[in-house]
Amino acid sequence: MLQIPCPWCGPREDAEFDFGGEADIQRPADPDALDDAAWADYLFMRVNRRGVQREQWVHTAGCRRWFVVERDTVTNEILQASTMGRRP
Amino acid sequence: MQRYSLPHLIRRGLRGQRGWTRAWRKAAPKPSYDVVIVGGGGHGLATAYYLAKLHGVRNVAVLERGWLGGGNVGRNTAIVRSNYLWDASAHIYEFSLQLWEGLSRELNYNVMFSQRGVLNLGHSAHDMHGLARRVGANKLNGIDAELLSTEQIARLVPILDTSAAARYPILGGTLQRRGGVARHDAVAWGYARAADALGVDIVEGCEVTGIRAAAGRVAALETTRGEIRAGKVGLVVAGNASVLAAMAGLRLPIQSHPLQALVTEPLKPVLDPVVMSSAVHVYVSQTDRGELVLGAGIDAPTSYDLRGSFRVIEHTLAATVELFPIFSRVRMLRQWAGTVDVCPDASPIIGPTPMEGLFVNCGWGTGGFKATPGSGWVFAHTLAHGQPHPLNAPFGLDRFAAGALIDEHGAAAVAH
Ligand SMILES: Cc1cc2nc3c(=O)[nH]c(=O)nc-3n(C[C@H](O)[C@H](O)[C@H](O)COP(=O)(O)OP(=O)(O)OC[C@H]3O[C@@H](n4cnc5c(N)ncnc54)[C@H](O)[C@@H]3O)c2cc1C
Ligand SMILES: [Zn+2]
Repeated sequence: MLQIPCPWCGPREDAEFDFGGEADIQRPADPDALDDAAWADYLFMRVNRRGVQREQWVHTAGCRRWFVVERDTVTNEILQASTMGRRP
Repeated sequence: MQRYSLPHLIRRGLRGQRGWTRAWRKAAPKPSYDVVIVGGGGHGLATAYYLAKLHGVRNVAVLERGWLGGGNVGRNTAIVRSNYLWDASAHIYEFSLQLWEGLSRELNYNVMFSQRGVLNLGHSAHDMHGLARRVGANKLNGIDAELLSTEQIARLVPILDTSAAARYPILGGTLQRRGGVARHDAVAWGYARAADALGVDIVEGCEVTGIRAAAGRVAALETTRGEIRAGKVGLVVAGNASVLAAMAGLRLPIQSHPLQALVTEPLKPVLDPVVMSSAVHVYVSQTDRGELVLGAGIDAPTSYDLRGSFRVIEHTLAATVELFPIFSRVRMLRQWAGTVDVCPDASPIIGPTPMEGLFVNCGWGTGGFKATPGSGWVFAHTLAHGQPHPLNAPFGLDRFAAGALIDEHGAAAVAH
């Protein structure tokens, strides 16, 4: 069980949250300009990092806001959490 | 290779069990191989065996970071079935099931494949529509499948709570009688022994740390036991697929999650078939020793921590006890997790990559044990010929750009 530090509500157990995958994936500004391979890369391909990963969480049973967590995917240690759109 | 047989067993027994030889050599890596398989799990070992056996490619090494069988091949709940919904999946899993049916003889090793049947439960009208559709699809593909009523299920598994008042009412189910379980360690050991006998080097304690290319073609692997040159390389590392692909500068559509299982203290025989329920995410079987083997769902966050969270097990056990009230006081003996490689369409990736000479076999996620023989067979063909066999052609990495996904999420009766 993880303890997730919501930037607004403070540390809560992970049952209150939903995981939202890797952070910093940006929707291409002009999708029509992409070929199929580039579009597949955006849609499906992931780093799936073994080590420290920036990832998205939403506090579903709390403030319902999205934010970014830095977590080591091998030890589950959480290094920090920050609000969306701002790199720590 | 020392052939195992009843007279052999008796002779060894009379001599105080002395004179058994190692099942496979402890090979040290050579400087160069025609084919190097990375990952000594079930799929990697099966690939090496079929390469040597069917394609005459014997200058082959299997490199395993830890010990043989320490990955998911030794961590799964060992369920084998072939009743998948879509044609491409049905064909490859059914081909695999047919290999299972002759595997102990093929390998001269008892993999304890037990066709006790796999029962999938339906708990809602929606479940029942899905199950009926799948039975129809299975029959069209020549796969044995039966739709059962609640009464038939009550006769088959009397300890299930089939009453109308149950928390998860059982409205019916499907049965694949040719499905069952196998001894997972024996599958790894049996393939290792048979591959070794054909000259394959099985190198344990050898972690691949880098992939080197020359002129766009795979050339060598950096390992903790030195550099090893390779004509072709097959990556068969399950949960670590993305890590190895990144060494070649490639991205995969894979997410690695913990998946947990547990085992109870032994009971007298109470459960004949494997029972699965996708709606409540329970699957349970009873081993020959009497233990119940129970599998849980994946943890939602990606992780390589080999642990998984308690909440996930608690959910599985709560549902199990609702289905089988008789299990409520059984004690758990062991719990563990593996790292599973999940694809967006819950189907594997078996084929070439953009790097010449580099091939992947991954993405089997929570359900690849059942495919071990077939996966090894088609991947050996792919490595030997440089292109896929018709059975694995639909499972290429290129399907994500083409949009030809093989969506087995849920459609295939839970992910195992
Ligand atoms: C709890 C659990 C229950 C499951 N239940 C079922 C089930 O009931 N039915 C079913 O069909 N499937 C099931 N599965 C899925 C199944 O176990 C896997 O899909 C399958 O075993 C994966 O293939 P493998 O055996 O080759 O993998 P593994 O045994 O994991 O082999 C991969 C190997 O690669 C090695 N490796 C990784 N990185 C490196 C490196 N850098 N260098 C060298 N070697 C490396 C690893 O050490 C590992 O030994 C389950 C999985 C789990 C975890
Ligand atoms: Zn919050």
